[in-house]
Amino acid sequence: MFSLQNEETVVAEEIIEEELQPTDLEDAVDEPHRIIPAIEFRDVHLSFDDNKILDGVSFTVRRGETKVILGRSGGGKSTTIRLVLGLLKPDSGQILIDGEDITNYSEIEMMKVREKIGMVFQEGALFDSLSVYDNVAYRLHEQGIDETEVETEVRRMLKFVDLEDAIDKMPDELSGGMRRRVGIARALVGDPQIIMFDEPTAGLDPPTARTICELAIKLRDLEDVSSIFVTHEMKNVEYLSSEYATVNENGEVIFEMEGEKLCLINTEIVMFKEGKVIFSGKNEEFRATKDPYILKFVRGK
Amino acid sequence: MNLLKKFLFELQEITNLIIAAFFGLFRSPRYFSETIRQMDLIGVGSLPIVLLTGFFTGGVLILQTYPTLEYYSLQDQAGKSVATSIIRELGPVLSALMVSGRIGSAISAELGSMVVSQQIDAMRALGTDPNRKLVAPRIIALMFMLPLLTVAADIFGIVGGGIVASGVFSLDYNSYITSVRFGITTQDLIGGIIKPLFFGLIIGSVSCHKGLSTTGGTVGVGRSTTNSVVLSSIVVIIFDFFLSRAINSIFDIKTI
Ligand SMILES: Nc1ncnc2c1ncn2[C@@H]1O[C@H](COP(=O)(O)OP(=O)(O)OP(=O)(O)O)[C@@H](O)[C@H]1O
Ligand SMILES: [Mg+2]
Repeated sequence: MFSLQNEETVVAEEIIEEELQPTDLEDAVDEPHRIIPAIEFRDVHLSFDDNKILDGVSFTVRRGETKVILGRSGGGKSTTIRLVLGLLKPDSGQILIDGEDITNYSEIEMMKVREKIGMVFQEGALFDSLSVYDNVAYRLHEQGIDETEVETEVRRMLKFVDLEDAIDKMPDELSGGMRRRVGIARALVGDPQIIMFDEPTAGLDPPTARTICELAIKLRDLEDVSSIFVTHEMKNVEYLSSEYATVNENGEVIFEMEGEKLCLINTEIVMFKEGKVIFSGKNEEFRATKDPYILKFVRGK
Repeated sequence: MNLLKKFLFELQEITNLIIAAFFGLFRSPRYFSETIRQMDLIGVGSLPIVLLTGFFTGGVLILQTYPTLEYYSLQDQAGKSVATSIIRELGPVLSALMVSGRIGSAISAELGSMVVSQQIDAMRALGTDPNRKLVAPRIIALMFMLPLLTVAADIFGIVGGGIVASGVFSLDYNSYITSVRFGITTQDLIGGIIKPLFFGLIIGSVSCHKGLSTTGGTVGVGRSTTNSVVLSSIVVIIFDFFLSRAINSIFDIKTI
């Protein structure tokens, strides 16, 4: 009885903290679950030995939103992503996934949560004893899905990242960019509702990088996927926060510039500095800021 | 004090690993094919070195003890002396040491490089428990294969002893075989199988633990590989003593 009341108050607090916008409220009427953010960090602290990595980080990723995380190299971005997956535990603070407090979840409880999250590792982290096919199929094989179905899905995913030819290769026969793309395909298999991209475009040529951004935009606008997108490249930020994907009359996916229309794009930027969030908001505000640290970051000098 | 604390901590970690791997066996998915693959790798792969070890150990035992036996006119006990020492002690311990050198190092190197290349993290992120997918099949395969390897080493040891006895000391084959047949007891045989069961558990859990707790890049992989071989060998030898005591008192074996 007691705990039930507690839960209600927690939900109530969440609603207040969320700073609801009018559109959110309208959505909320028919889809109450939309109010609960996909990912929420509440005052998260983490140190390695004496090294403070996160020092009171709070942010939320709403459903269907892409959060771009910017910050200096070594600033704790990959660490943040690892916290979302429960690969690390914070020293203090809370992490919520779909409103579920996962902070104190055991490894076994975490397995259920991880089923709905896809992760693209910064270094690829492919299983080097498995072929490209088996790497991409990993999750499906673990779930014991029928092999013909697995094959269709793997081919579809590899086509998506333009790597159908590499299907029988081993990871050590691939270039760095190819490995990254296999990692992306592996993360997307099984259509997770939350996806972590850890510098997915680093070391890729501009057209391929653009393809990956388009992929992220498509997932955001057409599949309602929530994601965290860590990157160092301002070009990516530009794509993610100025274009949106729709389907035209012919059923093709097209990308439109935001233009003069109402701000439709569901992407926000979070900037880390010395373990703290120093900026959180839309791209326009980010560009307009006077903060010398951010300016330096945007211009690179 | 610090060393003791570290040791106890390590012991706790290893125990947790064994428990996690054990309870993982009762949940699906189960990794049968992976277990079979490990058995092949561990069992069939280690057969040649274990057989060689057994053969020459049996041979050298006779070489060293025969003159003494002859002095006391106990030549007809040669077979018994080889068989009991091999089946009770040398077979299980030497096989365990060879396997810990060959397999324990391979396990911790493999798991260690998976840790440093983030493959273990990737596995967890994809919803697989490494304790069940990687640790349990290896421990089970070791616990299953090490007793079999030990039996094979025992047989080769006794054969090796026989060949040296007849070849070098021209002892009659029949007298050797008779002495082996009447010299060993059922208790010896059971003890000789129980020991490698435990040794398999020790080698598997120590090397998996060392591999999974690797830190510090490729240098770290080297370090944990060395540590796993050293630690599992030492633990095997220490455990052997207490296990022998326990088996002797359970089966009421006189130490003569
Ligand atoms: N396992 C660990 N043990 C100790 N320190 C660590 C560990 N993992 C990360 N760190 C430290 O945490 C800090 C943040 O690392 P993180 O990988 O999150 O950076 P990042 O923001 O992703 O950087 P980059 O943009 O270069 O990828 C670094 O200073 C790193 O040295
Ligand atoms: Mg990083």
